[in-house]
Amino acid sequence: MSTPAPSLAKASEAERAARKPLIELENIQKYYGDYHALRGITATIRQGEFFSLLGPSGCGKTTLLRTIAGFEEVSSGILKIDGRSMDGVPANRRPTNMVFQSYAIFPHLSVEQNVGFGLRRDPRSAAEKDRAVQEALEMVGLKGYGKRAAHALSGGQRQRVALARALILKPKVLLLDEPLSALDKKMREQMQVELIKLQRQVGITFILVTHDQEEALVMSDRIAVMFEGQIAQLDDPETLYRLPKSRQVADFIGTMNFLPATIAAQTADGFDVDVAGLGRCHIGARQSPGAVTGEVSVGFRPETLTLLYEGQQATDRESPGVIEEVVYYGDMTYYDVKLDGVAVPVRLSMRNVFGRPVLDRGTRTRVAWSPGALVLFR
Amino acid sequence: MSSEGALHRLRRSEAANGLALISPPAIYAVLLLAAPLGLLFLYSFLKDGYLTIIWEFSLQNYIDAWGDPLVRTVMLRSLWVAMMVTLVTVVLAFPVAYFVSFHVQPSRKSMWLFLITIPFWTSYLIRVFLWKVILGFNGVINSGLIGLGIIDEPLTFILYNVNSVVITLAHAYAPFAILPIFVALEKIDRSLLEAGQDLGESQLMTFWRVTLPLAMPGVIASVLIVFIPTIGDYVTPQLLGGPEGRMVANLIQLQYLRLDNYPAGSAIAVSAMLMVTAISLIFLFLNRRFLRGPK
Amino acid sequence: MSGGRLFKTYAVAYLLFLYAPIILLPIFAFNDGTIIAFPLQGFTTKWFEAMVSTPTLHTAVKNSLIIAVSSAVLATCLGIFTARAATRYNFPGKGGIAGLVMLPLVLPEIIVAVSLFGVLLGLGIPLTIWTVILGHVLICTPYAVAILNSAFQSLDRSLEEAAYDLGETRWSTFRLIILPLVAPGIVSSLLISFTISLDEFIIAFFLAGTEPTLPVYIFSQFRFPQSVPVIMALGTILVLLSIVLLTVAEYFRRRGIAKSGGKDTGGFL
Repeated sequence: MSTPAPSLAKASEAERAARKPLIELENIQKYYGDYHALRGITATIRQGEFFSLLGPSGCGKTTLLRTIAGFEEVSSGILKIDGRSMDGVPANRRPTNMVFQSYAIFPHLSVEQNVGFGLRRDPRSAAEKDRAVQEALEMVGLKGYGKRAAHALSGGQRQRVALARALILKPKVLLLDEPLSALDKKMREQMQVELIKLQRQVGITFILVTHDQEEALVMSDRIAVMFEGQIAQLDDPETLYRLPKSRQVADFIGTMNFLPATIAAQTADGFDVDVAGLGRCHIGARQSPGAVTGEVSVGFRPETLTLLYEGQQATDRESPGVIEEVVYYGDMTYYDVKLDGVAVPVRLSMRNVFGRPVLDRGTRTRVAWSPGALVLFR
Repeated sequence: MSSEGALHRLRRSEAANGLALISPPAIYAVLLLAAPLGLLFLYSFLKDGYLTIIWEFSLQNYIDAWGDPLVRTVMLRSLWVAMMVTLVTVVLAFPVAYFVSFHVQPSRKSMWLFLITIPFWTSYLIRVFLWKVILGFNGVINSGLIGLGIIDEPLTFILYNVNSVVITLAHAYAPFAILPIFVALEKIDRSLLEAGQDLGESQLMTFWRVTLPLAMPGVIASVLIVFIPTIGDYVTPQLLGGPEGRMVANLIQLQYLRLDNYPAGSAIAVSAMLMVTAISLIFLFLNRRFLRGPK
Repeated sequence: MSGGRLFKTYAVAYLLFLYAPIILLPIFAFNDGTIIAFPLQGFTTKWFEAMVSTPTLHTAVKNSLIIAVSSAVLATCLGIFTARAATRYNFPGKGGIAGLVMLPLVLPEIIVAVSLFGVLLGLGIPLTIWTVILGHVLICTPYAVAILNSAFQSLDRSLEEAAYDLGETRWSTFRLIILPLVAPGIVSSLLISFTISLDEFIIAFFLAGTEPTLPVYIFSQFRFPQSVPVIMALGTILVLLSIVLLTVAEYFRRRGIAKSGGKDTGGFL
């Protein structure tokens, strides 16, 4: 390794803002007959960004990716790549390349022939093309595999061939359609890291389609969460996790507890809210991404709650309750706690620390929480 | 601009591409299959005027055909022979398909299928003729049985009648019956059989309650694939059937090539076709519960 | 495994039943007697020699070969069109068109024969080997479609898209990706169509006019007992040829599977 290993850290906000827009989507609509697959997608994907389309199956994320690739035509709306409208530009003439879910490795060709497939019309000499193929293979860690038959490869190796084959053409955008879904858990985690490194190394914009929220959070600079053909929220992973804009987004990404609440008063910088089981508290405007009135619910992540042991004091607020269920996970324990006056238990997660016992169900306890970790939903 | 775009879209639309692609075979089938069948149907309602056809609509051909006891007998015999052949072929074929699918090592399955299909690819006419040699008066069976002292006189009930036709056709269509059943058996998830036994059924009952119902689509395909061509077979009844073994194809051939009576031949052909279709549909209807489920 | 042994015994007996006529074929081909019956008369090769000096047989073989090759090529082409359209596109009337193309599979051949016969005579078209080809293409196409359908079906759609995405055109994608991958299917389709056409009797019987095919010739010879031994010799050669042909087909099929890394599920058709 002559070049320093690329950092896995996500781009900072300033870095992100400095990037030029690369893909502009403006009110993209897609119909299949009566079925409205994409319902007005508007978004900008920037140069060098690792961008994810996240959502449940059937939400339109793959359709959107295939629209960008040129495999699907938009019914209406504008799609620009690098300032150029893609209307009428077929997939084979777009500056995009794709890594398919099935990898689509040509089974009758060798690894080299697969990787060099897109260079057929390249005017360079055969020797130069071969060098490019070898470099691409080395880049994805398949040096020396060139002569192998493509069908003799393992899943992870196929994935690498698919990556090399797409990247060798130096596309402006690399499109990845659920590229890790066919791999087992260990391999998947390893490939996540490698993909991030690769993306930092080549500096090409990656657009990843996934239904795995963890994968999206780990890999992306920004994530668009999609439901039913629309983008529900587009944010960086931390914002998305901390401040989801709707209950649907919150539910899709990780676990979130919800408690019914009523707004008592609107103040200059937020709301005073009566929350069942927690009592009155102040929630800042930033923590209520949607404009809110009347009957609302309050959400919070399991890890923002702490179980208080005998003699421990809450740093902020605390509420009493009874442990209803205990689920032991090794490094963590999940507790379902029924707060006094609330029918539905809330889930909280505690890191297991040596010397601190796991509490039994039925134990009366107190839960520490902080109004700063709450999110207000319609 | 917008009309140009629409045209562009139409040209590249999936439906247009698909239709353009399938049009050569479609046109071929319409011109050389649908149209001739239509004409055959039309002929059957016209009148024969010796070497010409009189364009006069009538049902007379059908009345003549079904009124003639000879035609009726031949029709019913064809039906009977086809049913017997189908029954014999499928019943004999099932254990073979089962054996190859369940008892043969995966690496040797294709060898078995190879062995089963080879006889099928050798001249049908010569195979039929050889059955005449096997079943004949001085044939293999008779000389063998006499040689062994089991019989004194050659058996005569095995040639030039319905029996010989059934035996020969059952032989001819054997691979047609084995392959669909084999394919259906191969598709059965083996863990289903383990589940059947795990839930307390014996091997035999597991076969009855799990294997057989799942193999039924293959059995049904076999039945149809044997039954339909058998009923219209010409060569076997001609060579082995004798006067008592004639079937509907011989009758059609007679009307067309010997008597030059196309309308009468067409009426018999159409009747035979309707009969085959009706029986096939009834058979499918009776077995509809096996054909449902995930495709 | 007594159950397995029982099945195996049965299967072997069944194979004997299947091969019984074929085993007799060489026996009578080398038997020095005009009557095809036991007891055998002694060894001879004169029936094979007689084949060489029978010009009508040569004509029939030539006719059959022209018909079989043409029918195989045409049926396979129509099969490629149909299978590609059926597996790749959705369009109105798909089921109906595919059903019509596949109809000869569930139609007694005599019906195909007489219906074409009626039309051709009605149009005043003379009956030649070309009219036989018309009929044979009709009955071979469904087999070609069945074989090619499974070949096209096992193609992952994203392979095409990948090639297109990597800059190829629709046509070059077809040439570089689809054609090589369905090539084993095309070879089997050609071989099977060829064999079906070569062996087909009734359509040729109706449509060949004065240009008999091999089966029509064989059928006509059955009426003359003295020419049957020559047919036995001919049959022996045909059996050997079809075994060679099938072995070649099987070789290509296995190579195709090995090439695309698939699993051998065994079997023709």
